[in-house]
Amino acid sequence: MTATADPTTEVAPPRPPSRGAPHLDEAQLEALAADFDAIRRREMADRGEADAAYIRRVAAVATALQVGGRVAIALGRRRPVFWTGVVAAAAGRIIEAMEIGHNVLHGQYDWMRDPRFDSTTYEWNQTAPAEQWRHAHNVVHHVNANVAGFDRDLGYGVVRITDDEAWKPSHLGNPIAATLLAVLFDQAIGFYDLEAERMALGLVDPDEADAKFRASMAKLRRQAQRDFVVIPLLAGKAAPRALAGSLAAQLVGNVWGFAVIFCGHFPADTVIFQPEDLDDETRGRWYVRQLRGAANITGSFPFHVLTGNLSHQIEHHLFPDLPARRYRHIAPEVEEVCRRYGLPYNAKRFSRQFGSVAWRIVRMSFPDPMRPSRRRAAAAGGSPGA
Amino acid sequence: MSPATGSVHAPARDRVHRGLRRLLETRVVGALTSPHGIDHYLVAAGVGWATAAPPARVVAASCATPGTITLTIRPAPGWRGHAAGQHVAATVPVGGARRTRCFSIASSPHRADGLVELTVKANGTGGVSDHLVRRAQPGDPIELSPAAGDFVLPAERPPHVVLVSAGSGITPVLSMLRGLVDEGAGGAVSFLHYARTPADVIAGDELAAVARRRPDWRVVVVLTGAARAAAPGRSRRGGGPAAGREPTGRFRPDHVEALLPGAAHAPAWVCGPVGLAEAVVAAWRAAGSSAPVHVERYALGLGTPAGTTGARVRFTTSGVETADDGRPLLVQAEACGLSPAYGCRAGQCHSCVRRKPTGAVRDLRTGDVTDEPDALVQLCVSVPDGNVEIDL
Repeated sequence: MTATADPTTEVAPPRPPSRGAPHLDEAQLEALAADFDAIRRREMADRGEADAAYIRRVAAVATALQVGGRVAIALGRRRPVFWTGVVAAAAGRIIEAMEIGHNVLHGQYDWMRDPRFDSTTYEWNQTAPAEQWRHAHNVVHHVNANVAGFDRDLGYGVVRITDDEAWKPSHLGNPIAATLLAVLFDQAIGFYDLEAERMALGLVDPDEADAKFRASMAKLRRQAQRDFVVIPLLAGKAAPRALAGSLAAQLVGNVWGFAVIFCGHFPADTVIFQPEDLDDETRGRWYVRQLRGAANITGSFPFHVLTGNLSHQIEHHLFPDLPARRYRHIAPEVEEVCRRYGLPYNAKRFSRQFGSVAWRIVRMSFPDPMRPSRRRAAAAGGSPGA
Repeated sequence: MSPATGSVHAPARDRVHRGLRRLLETRVVGALTSPHGIDHYLVAAGVGWATAAPPARVVAASCATPGTITLTIRPAPGWRGHAAGQHVAATVPVGGARRTRCFSIASSPHRADGLVELTVKANGTGGVSDHLVRRAQPGDPIELSPAAGDFVLPAERPPHVVLVSAGSGITPVLSMLRGLVDEGAGGAVSFLHYARTPADVIAGDELAAVARRRPDWRVVVVLTGAARAAAPGRSRRGGGPAAGREPTGRFRPDHVEALLPGAAHAPAWVCGPVGLAEAVVAAWRAAGSSAPVHVERYALGLGTPAGTTGARVRFTTSGVETADDGRPLLVQAEACGLSPAYGCRAGQCHSCVRRKPTGAVRDLRTGDVTDEPDALVQLCVSVPDGNVEIDL
């Protein structure tokens, strides 16, 4: 829409094009926003019985897998039984964290007013206290998605993901840092909202950090006590096997969560944005940033469930509070909108996306003065550091 | 503890539940089921009933008049009863969501079986009322809040009680009338109800029966839609002040003197459209009466007209109250010195979601109005639509 300018006021200089869609003008960006808004409105209005039945069924399946898996582990004197148990327990745990916990904490099911899926009271089965997660994820990550220096999920403060972060010799350990993060993903995220990298810069209120640390420790203790003390003790003579099963299920869950989440934002062709992109960001530019900062993983229905539908990271970032089971259904339409506006829709199979992420982690171990953003910064005469 | 309402089996069932709960509330079970707790798993396994108190249930559903349904409900054990004229918030699953709407209780508070009766009118919005009218069946669970509301008779009954209602607004005053019958009240009662046609009179047969049983009372029904009035009380008694020319149409001040002589000097309880309440007040004042006219606004679903600012915004936890200035609730809360949690302030992150016990809010993005009690509301993108309460 064109505003009728008051001749006495100064005309603002035209703003630079959207970093994620430089070929679109403001009117086209507005039309894009209207198209996505229409999808959002329609899907939100359509929420109902099917979504409620789905999430209840998923909750029952996740519980059954975990309980059944634990029993199989305890009874698993034979290896196939034991490993079946580990896989089941890990799958149940993954589904509970990703398809239920993550999505409930986005408020996707608040409309049901079911106390079991209420974002204001739900405490999820992960180390991070739900309240801290909602801040670190819903606020810091989603609102600032893929903005260098603002979105802490760009490397989680331990992995160098973009050359907007100045290279240091310690980044030579980038692949090791990423591997450690993968192995301890749940536990590390448990303390993520402490914002250690900002604490080091004196940007965090020490009292608040202290309270968060205590809450995370308490939650970590409860989670560990359940998985590594109570469950093995209940297994009686099978205690060592139950402990091994708990550790294995936890490890599988951690590595899987890491892999899916790293595939969501860091494959090649995802765009890293700059802080100035957030200034007076229009709805259209917001959609472009969410869209260009995310990548999908193609796969089967069970695969999507096991990723908590984060395999549809693009749809999730466009509509974070829409029940995630709908992402699959609207994906073709979102892709069609992208095609119409000449925007890439980054969807590839898991091996391609993960390989691309792994290569990026390795590449970012090393300094490279001629990476695009350095050239950009050099051209602007600014400092390349984030 | 008062005995559970309405079920002779309740004490035994309570003992079983208490025993089960003790078993399930041990530290081992707590540690094993952390962070959700045992109930989460029982519900997931479909056996939530094992430890939870049984819910209220519909025991009978009948289509009393066109477009309405009359539900007889056995409240959950421990439900504390009601005073005639009070309302309850009823919660039922509609389209996958728990949805709530307030209804005035129509039954006598003295019912020996402890059952509660609600008459619900379809309103075409696809919400709780329509769902109940179309789908309610005996056996359905229905959550009832504690009864609330101050549209009640004083403990010491006035010597003359006037009850005026129209359409489905009859329910709270019907409860009062039934209660007074059960009490064998000695005072005078004047009951005046407006309905479109004889078929639209809720509990019409019962009104006629009351009129027969209490010839000292006046129970009058005026028809607004048809040409002729049918008055269950008057037709029995024959004649009367307006014999020969039955009043018809909507409430007019002269109906009071014609049908209920002297009533304007007694306290009145009125439930119906806004126009009815205003007209009754005007009639009482025109008659030079200083007797109070109590109006049930809740049943009409309004506190103040929607869409105006200046409505009351109450933050329940902190007890802070303010006049709505039209800005988002998050901003208004902060202006009151409260510091609710928030994140993006743009409706994305759900950090500022709070429960809304009563009132309506409008979503700034969609314009959708939510008037459902206890809905979860994103404060940063919601503005009040009339009076509203927020748990904050």
